[in-house]
Amino acid sequence: MAVEKPLTGAQVIIKALVDQGVEVVFGYPGGAVLPIYDEIFKQNSLRHILVRHEQGAVHAAEGYARATGKVGVVLVTSGPGATNAVTGLTDALMDSIPVVCLTGQVPTHLIGNDAFQECDTTGITRPCTKHNYLVKESEALAHTMHEAFYVARSGRPGPVVVDLPKDIQFADAPYIGPEAVKPRSYIPQVKGDTARIEEAIDLIANAERPVFYGGGGIINSGPNACKRFTDFVRMTGYPCTLTLMGLGAYPASDRQFLGMLGMHGTYEANLAMHGCDVMVAVGSRFDDRITGRLDAFAPRAKIIHIDIDPSSINKNVHVDVPIVGDVGHVMGQFQRCWKSRVKRRKNGKAVEAWWRKIEGWRKRNCLAYKMDDQVIKPQYALERLYALTKDRDTFISTEVGQHQMWAAQFCKFEKPNRWMTSGGLGTMGYGLPAAIGAQIGHPKKLVIDVAGEASIMMNIQEMSTAIQHRLPVKIFILNNQYMGMVRQWQELLHGGRYSESYSAALPDFVKLAESFGAVGLRATKPSEVDDLIKEMISVDNTVIADIAVDPAENCYPMIPSGSAHNEMIMGDSGIDAEEQSVAEDGMVLV
Amino acid sequence: MAKKKKPAAQPGSAYIIQPPDPNEERHTLAVVVTNEPGVLARVIGLFSGRGYNIESLTVAPVNEDESMSRITIVTSGTPMIIEQIKNQLNRLVPVHDVHDLTEEGPFVERELALVKVIAKSRSHERRESLRIAEIFGAKVADTTTDSFAFSMTGSPEKVMAFVDLMRALGKTEVVLSGVVAIARGSEAL
Repeated sequence: MAVEKPLTGAQVIIKALVDQGVEVVFGYPGGAVLPIYDEIFKQNSLRHILVRHEQGAVHAAEGYARATGKVGVVLVTSGPGATNAVTGLTDALMDSIPVVCLTGQVPTHLIGNDAFQECDTTGITRPCTKHNYLVKESEALAHTMHEAFYVARSGRPGPVVVDLPKDIQFADAPYIGPEAVKPRSYIPQVKGDTARIEEAIDLIANAERPVFYGGGGIINSGPNACKRFTDFVRMTGYPCTLTLMGLGAYPASDRQFLGMLGMHGTYEANLAMHGCDVMVAVGSRFDDRITGRLDAFAPRAKIIHIDIDPSSINKNVHVDVPIVGDVGHVMGQFQRCWKSRVKRRKNGKAVEAWWRKIEGWRKRNCLAYKMDDQVIKPQYALERLYALTKDRDTFISTEVGQHQMWAAQFCKFEKPNRWMTSGGLGTMGYGLPAAIGAQIGHPKKLVIDVAGEASIMMNIQEMSTAIQHRLPVKIFILNNQYMGMVRQWQELLHGGRYSESYSAALPDFVKLAESFGAVGLRATKPSEVDDLIKEMISVDNTVIADIAVDPAENCYPMIPSGSAHNEMIMGDSGIDAEEQSVAEDGMVLV
Repeated sequence: MAKKKKPAAQPGSAYIIQPPDPNEERHTLAVVVTNEPGVLARVIGLFSGRGYNIESLTVAPVNEDESMSRITIVTSGTPMIIEQIKNQLNRLVPVHDVHDLTEEGPFVERELALVKVIAKSRSHERRESLRIAEIFGAKVADTTTDSFAFSMTGSPEKVMAFVDLMRALGKTEVVLSGVVAIARGSEAL
């Protein structure tokens, strides 16, 4: 190392990635990123996962990020590479997933000239990223790379695009390490305001009908935050519900857990939300799928809201005690404050009565379904999938639709980072690439993509990615031959006119799997389900399991849009009239 | 009971549609941002993307080394929306500071107008325009025998009053700079 040759831009990019602790890059090469791919070829510290479509690259990076807690990294070329990544970026923005996406760009002197494979990447991605950069000077490259990682992972995480013109990749560029980069503006507040926390603790300690409502922010804050949240909820002894994004933040087997809330949440969770007098919202954002009709949302509740993003507070729902801060940090403050402040509690009787009410709602057994011995019920397939995988550390991703909601209802998560689903954007085609990303992060673990036959077709090309990189992801297709959720809405709200929701001309999924070099399995009767699942798990290869399920089954409970939490539509649960009447009494009370 | 009860509003809608809220307030915001390419697009994109109103917007670098710009935005919305606007602005990476001048105390607003009035020489309108300009403290920036171009500075209300009067006097061309605003008192942002 006598006379150091200056690094090229491409070398600086690779060095910055390595110094940021990046091990895996999901990408697809092209003209505008060739210098970077050349550097990838020459080194061994970064592993590149070649995908088959740039959307898949971003979803895979999201799956990786959600399963490992690290920043997911994507590398795509200019023009179509960047535009194909847009869906994934939007998905990551909506679900607050830390992703850094490097996009190639035409050389700086050609920008604005409608050059080959040029697009205004920063313009296109501005509204669908947390932040984006166009690097126009090689001097700014290293700084920009590190800042991109800082922005992606700090505060409320999200996707960041760094647009890299090809001449910058060739030019000499100075390198600085991550430690030399200090944030100039974006500095999120981590610690919660003490006075507000005391106010919140007093409210919580005196609550008579309290409920905890946790969201994806807890998971984003890390496993430690989940533990602190769990500990605090247990300290209080109060009921706890989680959003679709929050599943795993609190152990599902715990008695205090009421299941998921929201449009397809459990009866007990939604009624607890409706009837509560103190709601503790932790890292959640009062999404419209959660609140239902806003003017009827938790009408008697004082709301405490903890979030690192001030813009999430008071956005949809008026909050009484807003606390801006990192959930993990604030939960630690909550625990300390609770221990020092709460000596004698006078709400014991009231909380006991509240729990009795909740247990009554629980008895309604809202997820029950009518078993059939000829036709596989999708709920049954998932119940068995969960039963046969719960003793392993299993990672589950989903596509979007009925199967997603059933998976959320029937797969129980004891730990965070085990559940990957497209919550905010609702991206069909998310599950397979996300499972691939999760499997890359956890090569020895069981990773299952719970899919529908329509969703899986949206990114089916990623089968090649799985095979190429020997990823034994299991694709568990609940095949009801319909875009099930569309069909359900058409049945309930559009007079049963099933416009374009039938999955016509489906492939033979078993043969399809085989054509990729994977294993295809099929079950058509309930009696075959267990054997199929066991075989699917034991095969050391990518598997597509095609489960022919009841095409007419609907996903319940359901809060129709424009309705309140206490206006749920229940499925045919086959519960006798007496228990039903108990539940209805409960309904009148709230 | 749940089965009997029909969903209340908007059958068939996947979203909740709310009627517009009449309690809209006008707020003047001062936003300090890094002076870099695209920063204005981020701010404007935020407003259009989230459906907020922009009544007026001005921007220019303001510190000595021109590394920072100050954007003055006049917007309107319900108190909840105004709070959202501020929080959303604060979330943008190049935004350093958001000040709600309307909320933070008394402040001064100024706007510059250039108004061209075309009126025949020696006409009543021409004389009248000059007289009104004098009342409003407007200066003559340009003149021909058939026209004046006035330059006038003042609060947005005063500027609009002046412009309205000028419009009554003949063919006019109006240019407004947009509002700039600063808090009263001895403290600086």
